[in-house]
Formats: sequence, C-alpha cells, structure tokens
Amino acid sequence: MSESKKENVTEAKPTNTMNPERREVLKGFATIPVVGVFFYNLWKKLRIDEMRRQNLLADLITTKDAPAAISSSSSGDHLRIGIIGYGGRGQHLVRGAGFATPEWTARASENAQKNKLDKGFETFMQQEDLNVSLTGVCDLFDVRAEMGIAASENEIRPGGRPAEAAKKYRHHTELLEDDNIDAIIIGTPDHWHSQIAIDAARAGKHVYCEKGLTRTFDEAIDLYDAVKEAGITFQLGHQNRQVEANEKARQIVEQGLLGPVNLVEITTNRNSSWGAWVWDIHPEANKNNLDWDTFQKPSPNKIKFGDEALARFFRWRCWFDYGTGLSGDLFSHDFDAMNQILDLGIPKYASASGGIYFFKDGRDVPDVFQATFEYPEKELTLLYSATLSSNQSRGNLIMGHDATMQLGGQSNRGSVAGFIVTADIESTRYKEKLNDGIINPQYPIYSYTPGSKQIDGITSATSRYFANKGLVYTYREGKRVDPTHLHVQDWLDSIRNGTQPRCNIDVALHEAVACHMATESYLKGRRIEWDPKKRRLV
Amino acid sequence: MRNYLKCFVPTSDVSYNQCQLTGLVVLRVLIGWHFLYEGIAKVLNPYWSSAAYLLESKWIFSGLATTIVANPTLLTMVDNINMWGLTIIGLALTIGLVERPAAYAGMTLVLLYYLFMPPFVGYDYSVPTEGSYIVVNKNLIEAAALFIVACFPSGGIIGIDKFLVPKSEH
Repeated sequence: MSESKKENVTEAKPTNTMNPERREVLKGFATIPVVGVFFYNLWKKLRIDEMRRQNLLADLITTKDAPAAISSSSSGDHLRIGIIGYGGRGQHLVRGAGFATPEWTARASENAQKNKLDKGFETFMQQEDLNVSLTGVCDLFDVRAEMGIAASENEIRPGGRPAEAAKKYRHHTELLEDDNIDAIIIGTPDHWHSQIAIDAARAGKHVYCEKGLTRTFDEAIDLYDAVKEAGITFQLGHQNRQVEANEKARQIVEQGLLGPVNLVEITTNRNSSWGAWVWDIHPEANKNNLDWDTFQKPSPNKIKFGDEALARFFRWRCWFDYGTGLSGDLFSHDFDAMNQILDLGIPKYASASGGIYFFKDGRDVPDVFQATFEYPEKELTLLYSATLSSNQSRGNLIMGHDATMQLGGQSNRGSVAGFIVTADIESTRYKEKLNDGIINPQYPIYSYTPGSKQIDGITSATSRYFANKGLVYTYREGKRVDPTHLHVQDWLDSIRNGTQPRCNIDVALHEAVACHMATESYLKGRRIEWDPKKRRLV
Repeated sequence: MRNYLKCFVPTSDVSYNQCQLTGLVVLRVLIGWHFLYEGIAKVLNPYWSSAAYLLESKWIFSGLATTIVANPTLLTMVDNINMWGLTIIGLALTIGLVERPAAYAGMTLVLLYYLFMPPFVGYDYSVPTEGSYIVVNKNLIEAAALFIVACFPSGGIIGIDKFLVPKSEH
C-alpha cells in the first residue's frame, strides 16, 4: 500500500497532495502485483508437479491412455442363442445379451424413477444391440423356463422388437439337437457344467459357461479336451476380464513398476445370509414343476424330493454335491483377475483349510476358507482367505519389492473399484527418488479410478480415497457399461471372427485346476501337487 | 430500498483509518487469492467434478445434490459454475474489481458449500477433511468474512473499482 506515513485517515475523495493523479492511479493498481505473485507461484507449482510426474511416470508407464473400447462386430452374422439354466445368474447373462424379463424391465424402470442414481435400467437400454435372438430356453424349474420365454419376447430391450421368440426345452440334449441354436449360455449349477458343455461342443455349438468351470478336477480335463477337439468358441464367465482396472493393472506389472513380486494376497469377505448362498426357495416350486431327478443326476449323493431337496435346488452352492463353495464361487473370481494381471497359470502346490464355523445350517462347504498356492518357478506364493461372517473388506494386494498394488477386489466391491500403487520405503528401484523426496511412500505413486482415465503421480489422500471407492466418474462419462454385457459381447464377436475370447478354455483350465487343488486339499487334509505332464493331481 | 441496492454497486463513498483500510484490503486479497487458486486448480484438472462432493451431501440440499449428479447436463453446468465462478470471483476480489457483487457471489457460493455439507453433530462424511469442526467450519467463517468485505468495500480506494466510480463522486 502506497499510503504515506503522514496520512492516518484515508478518504475516497482525493486530497490535494503531491502528484495527486499519479498517487490515485497507483492506489487503484496497488493489488495487481498480488496477481503477479499468484501466477508466479502457480507457474512454479505446475512446473514442479510436471517434473515429478515426468520423473515418476515417463520412464515407467509407457501407455498413459486407458484401454481402448472393445470394438464390436455385432453387424456380422445374426446368432441364435439358447440359455440352459435361467436362474439368477443365467438371467443376468441373458440381459448381457440384450434380453430381460418383463418383470425385470418394469422393476428396473420403476427403481430408476424412484432413485435418480439407480442407472440399472438406463445401462441395460444403452447396451449395444448384439444382433442375436434368444431362441431356446431350458430350465428344470418350469417357472424359470417360462420367464426365459417371456424375456425372449420382451420388446423393452436395446435394439427393439426381438426377431423371434424362444422355444422351451425340457432337457439340454433336446436344445442341443435343434439347428435353430448356434450357441449356448450355461447358467446351471456347477455339477452340470461339464456334461452340458461337452455335449454342446460335440454338437458344434459355441459355449459361454458360467464359472467355476466344473465341479471336479476330472470334469475340467474332459471339458478342456472336448472343447479343443471340437474347435468351438468357449468363454468362461469371468467378466473381470473386461474390467479396465485389471487391464491397466496388468500394464503396470508388465512394466516392472512393482519390482519382483513374491507374495500376492486375495480376500473375499462377506457377511450376510444371501452372501452365504442362503437364497430364497421359490414358493411355487413343487414336484410337478421342478425336475429334481434330472437336477441331481450328476451329483455323487442322491436324495428323494422333499424340503431338503428344495433347499438344495435353490441353495446349491452350500453343498459339495453341486458346487465347491468358496473355492468355485468367490476365490475363482479373484484368482482369475490375478491370473489376468500376473499370468499366474496353474500352481505347483496347494494347501487349504477351513471349516463350517458360522452357518451351521446343514451345509457341507466351509464358511471360513484359506488356501496357499505355490509357484516355485515364478518364485511366488498366492494366499487366499475368506470368511462368510465378516464384511471387513481387505481388498487384494500384489506385494512387490519396490511397490505394492492394492486392488479393490472383484468380489469385495464389485468390478467398479480401482487400485493404487504405493512405493515401498525400502525399495531399491525408487531409492533415489525416495531420498530426494520426489516419492512419498505415504501417498500412491499411481492411482487409478475407473472411468476417469486419469493418470496422476501427484495424488492426495482424497484421490486415494476415491480410487478405492471408484464411483464418481462413471456418471460424468454419462454412460456406464456392465462388464457382463462386454463379456458376452466378447464371446459373440469371437464366434463371428473366429478369434479367441478373453477367458478362453486355456485360462479357464488354470482357474479350474487351481480351485480344485484347493478343494481337494481341504477335503483330503493334505497338500496337493499338480503334475503338468500327466495332467493329474497327486 | 435504495440503500439496500447501493450495497451492490462499487463505491468510494466510505472512509477508513489507515489500520482499518489495511485490514480490509488484506482480508479481501487473501480471500481472493484462495478463491482464485481453488478455481484454477479445478480448471486445470480435466477430471475434476463436483459429483464426489455432491454425493456426500446431507441435510436440506441432499435431494437437490442427487438430482444434479444424476443429470449429466446439470452436473456439467454446476461444475462450470464452480470452477469458473471461483476463478472469476477470486480475481475480482484480488484486484478490487466489482468488489461488492464478487463478495456477495463468493459468500453465496461458500454458504452453499456449507449448507450442502454442514458439520452438524451426527453428520459424518467420508471425504477427508483437514481440520476438526462442529457446526462452524471454515466455509462458514469465509462466508462471514466475505460479508464483511461486501459491507466495508475497499476496492474503491485500493483497487480497480476506483476507476469505475462515476467521476462526479470524486
């Protein structure tokens, strides 16, 4: 301020002192230099930020863009698909192909009106029309088969009025014999996967099979051989393969940002009856509309139709007769995500333990389960642990000598979560940068928030928070895509182009063998070894 | 009424002693600087969005916040109002240009930030904050400070407003 010391009162009206005009002009511009100081500091900050970013990322991360959107060839041949097993997951998969039941579209549209943030209906309607018809539905429970027929005729869908309505089949073999079906989606419980998929492969139908691949190890090997022999397009239902975060994580690992990785930890906690597979028993289910005998045909233990059978039909994940519990349901997801990021392959050894400690409801699969997998050639241990009686979300960790990657985890937070990479304080690679203060081990050196496409080496506590939560930018982008839809699309595109889908039978076998090694180890109470030459477990 | 409207136009029709004037100019410039950087930091970050903040909203404006986030056009508008509003208000306060409208606009903006996320007892937010607050937070204090800036303008003495005031008043 250019006031003279003589003045102790400043008035708006100019006083007749020396150079009054000049003095007044100077007073008017008195704070302009502050703007200069501001922009000088801003320029300095931007320069330092850019230098840090260059230092950190330029030599480490070569591809700064998010993975390109999946190009679609849905304009190619019109494909006719059949669904076998139209339960909860089957319905989701068929929605991914573009067909929802009238009940679902009505409810989703109502939900969207009630809650403006509920984008389920909008996401479905904005899905790309995949140029397919739903021409066959097979379910052992009549009510669900009828729902499938209704879905095939529902005009509320991306692409409008369906080309033709689906036909109902009592048994999967009848559906597979029909020439009006090009490809099938298997949404049955695990114990039927291998038989149906092998029959389909032999009938020359392409297969999308829900995970886990099979109920037993032997079935997995048989299915693998059948698919290879028939040359059909096979996709296993791990939609995480379409998730941008995993693709980005893979690039970072490939570029060596983490240094040597010797320990990977994956976790899948849940804490609800629904999460523990205690699903609703359909009130209309009875002996006449539910084919219990066919249902239990491939399972080792048979029981007569009754209340116990109904519970087993609708809550099949609770018994080893139909599935493999935590191993095939939740571990399989996160294993496949890690296989996608780290190219793990099949482990050499597996040891598992656990027990039924909370849900003592007659189930025989454990509700607390942990397994270790050894990869001596990769010098890596994979650690899995899960409980069904705590929601404590631990995420997944890829622990490297130079940095750790923390991912939200597929089963913990769904496929929307991002990840952060934090440098290790004892890192060799970042030693200088840590010493120079360019890297602060308290803050991530890299954070990825889904949808944001943001690459930022200058992250704060706030950005770390949102990377974990990973929900905001999807709305900004305006369009949200369901990875299940992308995964079905990937399969259909591969059928049309004769290419391999992202979760093809080769990687599917990795998942299946890893899961079955853990299950076998739990059941036998000893370490299981994989013999790759003889393709057997010892 | 005339008096009331008068508070919105630049004025040089005030007198302060040296200490008062210094205090008012310093207050105005500091708030201006803060607004300017809050605005520019958002303008420079192509991924910034008010959505994260709005989704956390509680109390009377939480419904409005949800409506904004659910509507991409509205959200983009709100984002622009925030980043450019903060920048322009910040610059205006710093150089003392249209000081009173800028101070009132700034006050409204920070008061809205306060009302969208009031630190009332029992309201928990998961967005990290840098201090500890109960009922009163820095947004509320900044709004009050801007009210002072608007009531005791200094831009007509030290600032560009000096040149905007009609000659007859000099």
